[in-house]
Amino acid sequence: MKILVCISKSPDTTAKIAFTDNNTKFATDGVQWIINPYDEWYALVKAIEIKEKDPATVIHLVTVGLADAEPVIRKALALGGDEAIRINAESQDSFYIASQIAEVARQGNYDLVFTGKETIDYNSASIGGMVAELLGLPYVSLALSFEINGTKAIIGREIEGGEETDEVEIPAVVSCQKGMAEARIPNMRGIMAARTKPLKVQEPVAADSLTSIVSFELPPAKAGVKMIPADNPGELVRILHEEVKII
Amino acid sequence: MSVLIFIDHSDGQVKKGALEALSYGTQLAARLGVAAEGVLLGALPDAGQLGKYGVTKIHQVDNDALHHLDGQVFTAVIAQVVEATGAKVIVFSNNSDGKAIAPRLSARLKAAFVSGAIALPDTANGFVVKKSVFSGKAFANVSLNTEVKIIGLNPNSFAVTASGSGTAEVISFNATVDASKVKVLSTNKIKDEVPLGEAEIVVSGGRGLKGPENWGMIEELAKLLGAATACSRPVSDTHWRPHHEHVGQTGLAIAPNLYIAIGISGAIQHLAGVNRSKTIVVINKDPEAPFFKAADYGIVGDAFEVVPKVIEEVKKLKGVA
Ligand SMILES: Cc1cc2nc3c(=O)[nH]c(=O)nc-3n(C[C@H](O)[C@H](O)[C@H](O)COP(=O)(O)OP(=O)(O)OC[C@H]3O[C@@H](n4cnc5c(N)ncnc54)[C@H](O)[C@@H]3O)c2cc1C
Ligand SMILES: Nc1ncnc2c1ncn2[C@@H]1O[C@H](COP(=O)(O)O)[C@@H](O)[C@H]1O
Repeated sequence: MKILVCISKSPDTTAKIAFTDNNTKFATDGVQWIINPYDEWYALVKAIEIKEKDPATVIHLVTVGLADAEPVIRKALALGGDEAIRINAESQDSFYIASQIAEVARQGNYDLVFTGKETIDYNSASIGGMVAELLGLPYVSLALSFEINGTKAIIGREIEGGEETDEVEIPAVVSCQKGMAEARIPNMRGIMAARTKPLKVQEPVAADSLTSIVSFELPPAKAGVKMIPADNPGELVRILHEEVKII
Repeated sequence: MSVLIFIDHSDGQVKKGALEALSYGTQLAARLGVAAEGVLLGALPDAGQLGKYGVTKIHQVDNDALHHLDGQVFTAVIAQVVEATGAKVIVFSNNSDGKAIAPRLSARLKAAFVSGAIALPDTANGFVVKKSVFSGKAFANVSLNTEVKIIGLNPNSFAVTASGSGTAEVISFNATVDASKVKVLSTNKIKDEVPLGEAEIVVSGGRGLKGPENWGMIEELAKLLGAATACSRPVSDTHWRPHHEHVGQTGLAIAPNLYIAIGISGAIQHLAGVNRSKTIVVINKDPEAPFFKAADYGIVGDAFEVVPKVIEEVKKLKGVA
């Protein structure tokens, strides 16, 4: 089994969200970068679990990003994974990123391509589907569980109000979310080993960008909380009924 | 030229997300001065009545292979409809099925795609759509720079409006349907429960509730309000509640009209999944709990005393004994 795991860097979940350059850029000053949680906790750890069951498995990581993505990809290597490829480009356009990943996937002939459910900064949930279409492969989005069964995979995926279990032909692309695996902490041995694992840097292939971000906005501030005495919950129910008109 | 809306349905019912997409698509079409049409895969009784949302035509492809979702097969079929009708904008709900199809269609047609749209496009200068980013903590205005455009509308961000009493003409569309590489082995829908992503009201519990045995009052309140139940991450991590109830940065992001948080501290990662809720009510015994800063209404008190009283009051209001 040869698995490609897509790793993106994202701001730490507690990072302050602010914008610069006339609200056209995310303010990265003082921001800690982490592996996008869905990529780390679910996509990568699931690949590691597969390798633990079948040691012949090979795990490659790919990130599309500039040199500042390297600490994050090294951390991913420390968790597990045999080698990493960094495509030396930065883009906010999903199609451009997907085109780069699809090219790496084509070259490497992978059985499985894992992505996270979405990046926690742009929340697009698009890369996996685009990569799958570019490769002509099936795509299971929002996977909750994953087992290999011969030349097929048994995958649980989220549907409105429940879960569906699919049997899918491999090769396939899968976007991973909670349930797929349990988060892990890298150990010292992994961190040491990661230092010597190959991290290849490749230049991007020519690809189109279909979208561009014009500007960012912050939501309007809340008016402030109205407190209701604990001994008068009737007042809460009255407000929700008469003023908010929701119950 | 037209706006084409994907009519997502299951068990003979059009999904709420699809009704929102229909309302959005028809308003967009009116603004652009073009027709709004639907694309329907599989079988749906009375599809013509969707005309009341403003679509004039519905292009239907029915085939056994389309009775379950395989994004690859669906995409190829929708692409044929787009080509034949010359649709310029295709609207999906950004729900589970939308996420499986819309990005694929974007790559196939090389059509710009924005997922998580929350408002109609600004067409004054190009075609710019506002979308939710940073898990609801900000918005981005995204320009779609190709002739054909695809929009994934975030659930619960656009009101469902029936604009007329019209009937849509349901036209059977002759498409090539490929063999599916996906076989559905089973579906497990939580019956009698409102799907969390679609719910108007959500009652949510955190670690302050001490243990799974105390969820009876959460469920009772939810039932009375016709609400879905949710929880914070530690609650699902410790298996007090099922995984699908976990909301937040790493769980489901929701945007109900009313979110009632009980015994939840309001950590930034929790807020990231719920801050698009229209009204937030917080019940917490700690007056310093960060959640109060994000709330519209708050009660400082012990959940085990406050919630049963709230239930009593709701029962009085609804006239149930
Ligand atoms: C990368 C990352 C991602 C994360 N993603 C998520 C996520 O998606 N969703 C999420 O929820 N969390 C997430 N977390 C965890 C988050 O940081 C918090 O730890 C978590 O939300 C806390 O859950 P809680 O509020 O239920 O518990 P606590 O923080 O323990 O809060 C319990 C609250 O209950 C109150 N309380 C106690 N007893 C009572 C009582 N009798 N009556 C009323 N109130 C009472 C307390 O005052 C307290 O405010 C994430 C963390 C990280 C680092
Ligand atoms: N720049 C990138 N490099 C590598 N993988 C990425 C990149 N951006 C996104 N991905 C992958 O695609 C998934 C979905 O991202 P998105 O569609 O941007 O929300 C992420 O969870 C990653 O696995």
